[in-house]
Amino acid sequence: MKGILGKKLGMTQIFGDDGTVIPITLIEAGPCYVTQKKTAETDTYNAIQLGFGETEKRKLNQPKLGHLGKSGSPMVRHLREIRTSDAGDYEIGQKVDASIFKVGDIVDVVGTSKGKGFAGVVKRHHFAGGPKTHGQSDRWRSSGSVGAGTTPGHVLKGQRMAGRMGNDRVTVQNIKVALVDVEKNLIAVRGSIPGSNNSLVIIHESVKK
Amino acid sequence: MPHASELIQAVEYQEIQKLTDQRPDLQIGDTVNVNVKIVEGNRERIQVFQGVVIAMRGHGVNKAFSVRRVAAHGIGVERTFLFYSPRVESIKVLRHAKVRRAKLYFLRDRSGKSARLKERRMTV
Repeated sequence: MKGILGKKLGMTQIFGDDGTVIPITLIEAGPCYVTQKKTAETDTYNAIQLGFGETEKRKLNQPKLGHLGKSGSPMVRHLREIRTSDAGDYEIGQKVDASIFKVGDIVDVVGTSKGKGFAGVVKRHHFAGGPKTHGQSDRWRSSGSVGAGTTPGHVLKGQRMAGRMGNDRVTVQNIKVALVDVEKNLIAVRGSIPGSNNSLVIIHESVKK
Repeated sequence: MPHASELIQAVEYQEIQKLTDQRPDLQIGDTVNVNVKIVEGNRERIQVFQGVVIAMRGHGVNKAFSVRRVAAHGIGVERTFLFYSPRVESIKVLRHAKVRRAKLYFLRDRSGKSARLKERRMTV
């Protein structure tokens, strides 16, 4: 499986061949550098570790400097692994850029969704809430019953309630690559992807297609 | 490394450059001929929509404008077009008008003589 790290830039739109509007999300993808190779013999699984986001040496801590020094890659801010069985095809320090994908490829995009804070059940789990009229006064957005009475005598595990929402790892599957510009390190995908602008995303080959 | 907004603008600029038609400097109140490409099966023809630009919204590649015309029996027809859409073959400005607001929605409530706009002649 091939993949690349990138930064979400924002959304815009392009026109298709028949004049239809295609919404796209622009991602600054790469350049990434292979910083480590993991194999079944040494690490029990196969993967390559990619570094993205060139930065200054003084902004990195000693453990990271040591790790990057071994690979000989530039100073990078982010490290992420891509599971791949063909780690042998990569060399440590090798540059990975946007050219690994072409227009029309089906990819998955992984990001961290926007945090929503402590959210109620209507927003968090799409509950319907209560009636607004007919004598109701305080249950517009309440959850209703959370279970039976004496039997079982407790609230079942997994009962959906209010709580922290967002800021989770979210994968969007099977979206099309709409644009690739290797010179500018740009990849655009059709539709939206998780997270705020300027957040780190992973683009990899689609798992299901 | 260029700023994110510059990269987005560059992509939008490329999209606009794809057009073969030079779009005019459209203003509110202009009377325009909009030539729209219409695909029927595998035939393509041009339909002309003539009317007054009553609203513009958006910017960049997402810029759009609304045209109002009064069809037969005084029925008002409004269509909104994307300014840079390849389906809009060309836009021709026929006449400018003296207007004092950005949205001419008040024209919807008027008909006949009161729905006219005073012409503004451009000094070249």
